Amino acid sequence: MQIRTMSDYAARGETPEILFWVGCAGSFDERAQKITRAVAKILHHCEVKFAVLGTEESCTGDPAKRAGNEFLFQMQAMTNIQVLDGYGIKKIVTACPHCFNTLKNEYPDLGGHYEVVHHSQLIQSLFDEGKLKVSGGTFAGKKITFHDPCYLGRGNDVYEAPRSVIEKLDGAFSEMKRSRAKGFCCGAGGAQMFKEPEKGSKDVNVDRTEEALELKPDIIAVGCPFCMTMMSDGVKNFNKEDTVKVLDIAELIAQAGEL
Amino acid sequence: MIINVEVMEILIDGLLGTHRVFSSIGPLYDMLIGSFEILAILVLLACVVFLIRRNIIKIRRFTMRELTSWPRTDANLILITEILLMSAFLLMNGADYVLQGRGVGHYVQAGAFPISSMFSGIFAGFSDHSLELIERICWWFHIIGILAFLNYLPYSKHFHILLAFPNTYYSNLENKGKFTDMENVSREVKLMMDPAVVLPEPSASMPQKFGAKDIQDLSWKQLMDAYSCTECGRCTAECPANQTGKLLSPRKIMMDTRDRLEEVGKGIDKNGADHKDEKSLFSYITEEELWACTSCNACVNACPVNIDPLSIIIDMRRYLVMEESKVPSELAGMFTRIENNGAPWQFAQADRAKWTEM
Repeated sequence: MQIRTMSDYAARGETPEILFWVGCAGSFDERAQKITRAVAKILHHCEVKFAVLGTEESCTGDPAKRAGNEFLFQMQAMTNIQVLDGYGIKKIVTACPHCFNTLKNEYPDLGGHYEVVHHSQLIQSLFDEGKLKVSGGTFAGKKITFHDPCYLGRGNDVYEAPRSVIEKLDGAFSEMKRSRAKGFCCGAGGAQMFKEPEKGSKDVNVDRTEEALELKPDIIAVGCPFCMTMMSDGVKNFNKEDTVKVLDIAELIAQAGEL
Repeated sequence: MIINVEVMEILIDGLLGTHRVFSSIGPLYDMLIGSFEILAILVLLACVVFLIRRNIIKIRRFTMRELTSWPRTDANLILITEILLMSAFLLMNGADYVLQGRGVGHYVQAGAFPISSMFSGIFAGFSDHSLELIERICWWFHIIGILAFLNYLPYSKHFHILLAFPNTYYSNLENKGKFTDMENVSREVKLMMDPAVVLPEPSASMPQKFGAKDIQDLSWKQLMDAYSCTECGRCTAECPANQTGKLLSPRKIMMDTRDRLEEVGKGIDKNGADHKDEKSLFSYITEEELWACTSCNACVNACPVNIDPLSIIIDMRRYLVMEESKVPSELAGMFTRIENNGAPWQFAQADRAKWTEM
């Protein structure tokens, strides 16, 4: 797949429509890389002129900020803003709700003003504009549930975009008891992704996966690379990885559209 | 509103020696009294149900570890007081209704009594004098009870009833995912990135400290949050850390903040305004609780009066990390990796675009 970088666009004096902010998980985590490629495929398929920063991208600083290290967060943010502004970037899409939240809500106070969308919102608008179509055969009749990422849902009140995307699949969608504003965390937010949990009776992701599995789903859909890790581990914990797939909404669409 | 109108009438009656001074407004008065009677019986029944939930069914969020003996007693006292006040009000109206029917003295025909009129059967055998006595005793008990209860509020979680309104008015309207920007950190970072940068003089309101060690480091809204909390525990009931057996309870964060605030206040009353003690918020809230938070905002979302326990947790983490360098070692490693290779994991920055090659 040919992915063009911002510097490539700049060298040819061109401007892309949108920057695809890949994020650290999307760049380095093997499982999340598949989500990244699915997003890129969708953008390609819809002929969206997009770019990535490539090696010029750096952590948004989200985990540092949540863990209380505002210095490190602001150093990351100000450096990233210099890069983004250097290329005159106006619009950003990202498949990571943590990057999404930080870029959208926390960069403006430090001088970085961009229109930031989550990939579920972009995919929804591609459907709305008629640029994206799926036949619906791949997931017909499959039982699908959706796990709300905290920083997309409660953090930014985006509940409908991922659901409207899943609706295109012709599957049998059902909600978990705790969903939308009442959605239960996967356990990875607030920098928990990078440490062992405190002493307790259960792991958060096991609790959440248990709830999802009660619906006897074929697919647990997610919209966040951290949720992907936590829910996949949860499914493995119940030895269900052969029957229950954890898939990002971008992967669902890429598979359904045979992209 | 209706309740306030009713209390106002009782106060005016008491001060001017009138009886049912608002009764001249006619049918509207019937509606007022009638609806307050219905509200009163609903409050009464609800309080009985709440007492049962707390003391007999023992619902989990009312029996958790931060609800030590005083918070439980406080809760029961509030419910019992409400029941007594409502009973006095209904008995007063019941006696008044019968006296009105008999055309006794100043008991003018006024008001509708959908609930208290049910007592007429019982009161029918009472003499005018006994009924007047019941009406007067209940009237005095009700108004003295209300005034005494108002004085109790500042010592109780029920202060909530006064602060819930301003606290909700001053709610944070930003996206919940947005954490506060630290202006004092921005200064330092800007100077670090460009030593030649010209920055405006720091304003007097800019905090010297990074994060919160004690209540003085929290904002007035965070402190009002603490006094607005009525310890209902909806936050804790939705907290993923608490639901999976961790020590963290967002409700305890609010109770601890208020308890520390009270402690500091008492110290100042006793020893003068510059009084300092050895304690801080960390004497109440442990690091283990703070680090168990996933920052998922479930607690913030659950609060009916928009209290934000998460912001206190984050401000205390900020103090631990930036003032004390106290951080779980795995997170210290994560910080180092972000500094060195721009990602929270150990990967070379040069490999960032490798996903495109597969």
